Amino acid sequence: MSDAQPIYSIEDLVIDLYATTVSVRAVDGVSFNVRPGETVAVVGESGSGKTVMTLGPLGLLPEGVTVDMKGSARADGSELLSIGSRQLSDLRGRYFGVIFQDPMSALNPMLKIGPQLARQARRFAGLSQEAARKEAVSLLARSGIPDPEDRYNRYPHEMSGGMLQRAMIALALAARPRVLIADEPTTALDATVQAQILELIRQIQREDGIAVVLITHDIGVVASVADRVIVLYAGQVAEEGTAMDVLTRPVHPYTRGLLASVPDFRADERAATREIPGLPPNQIRLEPGCRFAERCELVEAGCRQHRPPLQTISASTSPHRVACPVVLKREGIAVHV
Amino acid sequence: MSDVAAIEVRGLKVHFPNRSGVGAVRAVDGINLTVARGAFHGIVGESGCGKTTLARTIVGLQKESEGTVLIGGRDRAEWLKSDRKSFSREVQFVFQDPLGSMSRRQSVYQTLEEPLQIHRFGSSVERRRRIAELLDLVALPATVLDRLPRSLSGGQRQRVSIARALALKPSILVCDEPLSALDVSIRAQIVNLFTSLQKQLGLTIVIVAHDLAIVREVCSDVTVMYLGRISEAGLTRPLFREPAHPYSQALLSAVPSPDPRIEAGRRRIILAGDPPSPSAPPPGCRFNTRCPVAIDVCRVEEPMLRSVPHGGVAACHLADSGRRPVI
Repeated sequence: MSDAQPIYSIEDLVIDLYATTVSVRAVDGVSFNVRPGETVAVVGESGSGKTVMTLGPLGLLPEGVTVDMKGSARADGSELLSIGSRQLSDLRGRYFGVIFQDPMSALNPMLKIGPQLARQARRFAGLSQEAARKEAVSLLARSGIPDPEDRYNRYPHEMSGGMLQRAMIALALAARPRVLIADEPTTALDATVQAQILELIRQIQREDGIAVVLITHDIGVVASVADRVIVLYAGQVAEEGTAMDVLTRPVHPYTRGLLASVPDFRADERAATREIPGLPPNQIRLEPGCRFAERCELVEAGCRQHRPPLQTISASTSPHRVACPVVLKREGIAVHV
Repeated sequence: MSDVAAIEVRGLKVHFPNRSGVGAVRAVDGINLTVARGAFHGIVGESGCGKTTLARTIVGLQKESEGTVLIGGRDRAEWLKSDRKSFSREVQFVFQDPLGSMSRRQSVYQTLEEPLQIHRFGSSVERRRRIAELLDLVALPATVLDRLPRSLSGGQRQRVSIARALALKPSILVCDEPLSALDVSIRAQIVNLFTSLQKQLGLTIVIVAHDLAIVREVCSDVTVMYLGRISEAGLTRPLFREPAHPYSQALLSAVPSPDPRIEAGRRRIILAGDPPSPSAPPPGCRFNTRCPVAIDVCRVEEPMLRSVPHGGVAACHLADSGRRPVI
């Protein structure tokens, strides 16, 4: 699967957000791609730019925010940053399925669940009315909703949080997308329901071979579903690689700090949870150096002057890359050119 | 006096009448709970299990429908009625959302000074000194004093609300999901703050939480709730190692590890369905509708809490002091 060509790729993306008096560089030169059958997790804390980076090119940022995007975002032979809004809307409908943290941001509260799914299937998968209805019922069943014939005629308010989350996943799948974008899909859910939803996402991926981009701050969720991980800090990539590389052999001081601050529920012997001192930077002030310098224990004078390059330390189809020359030098880690 | 429990909850029920007037949401439906002095007690369970209602009722933010709450052996309802101020010097509550629990127009200084003024704590110089001590306790710089809550970060706000709760030197803190709104790296800071405060001040802390990894790390004792009742309780580590109740087993199994090597080989228990509505709990064991090992008696007779192998108690017909079901 890792040999396949990317079906969605972002190149050197810069996103500036403008409010009335301030502007924020939310995403600052990020590249990433996803291939069919692969799950890429975009990990970061609030303000890291993970949501803006993923939803921005799809035109899904909240209204009222002025956005300026540079770079490239390509899917299905189109350049998302330059196509018209109708084309973008069409591509978004048939190529991308999006699931959000809050199911009610995707579902219409005034319409019954089933017809919402059927409409999507008719419009984007080109099914007839009767076929679309059948498809909707089977999508509900596949998403783990018991008694789908009955639920077809229910309104969103008649369903529990876990059921709505499933209904939204069913809606995202109705157009048979190639890429599923999941923005904190389990954050609002209870532990046992989260386990159900993650299992559902794993299953859909196995069966349909679609690509999944998972935006999350939950390292446990990453470890349980992701093939590759991109760690964002203040709008820049700190580290990326396979989930195995990044989570078990982290190199960037931020990744290491982040992982050390997550207690491992299943480890028997474990050092006490450590904390990263300080706060993420205020991105209103754009400084030239490494964004993590203020909180970093390895910081050197040069860190504040130049942006650290993302360097490859293990070459493969999913290379392990780290944006911290200081740690590489200190630990004698070789850089592949 | 020292063996009197910090908190003793007896036969507690909190029911909220349905809007239709028929029936009620039985948020807390018959709970006995003892929290020893100096314990760090976690209450866990999923949405709708009644854990927040239980915490709010312990401190009197919510009135009980039945049962009693004793604080240091003293009836809480009586105490609040006769001397609300001395009660608040003993017990304080920390909210999930610090912003919602502070006045948006009061500076941090005013927020911290208010409880001291209400309780006529010293002169303004002494209050200023106490506020400086409080900032020290929660590791905030003096520069935050003039700021308004909304200009603080989430972690700083939670520190302010903890400092305010500590202003009157209470011996008991009850906290409702104080970590849920925080980022991972900040959450670790606040967890470490709670543990150090507890050691330093000898506090009794009750914390409502849904992050089980954090509960395992900081709580000496834990109570697992399901649909208004206690399903299992005991010392945290033995209980988490060897949970007796099938619900606890599923809940603990649902927590993913941050290590992909562990996740790749791990067997997961995936429960079917959602918890039933707390206005209409099923007959028999409340968990029987989702329990993979339920037998006939579970659908008829509600199990009482009994001793189980890890040394605590669980409400499961299939468990006793010598055995536990494994799902």
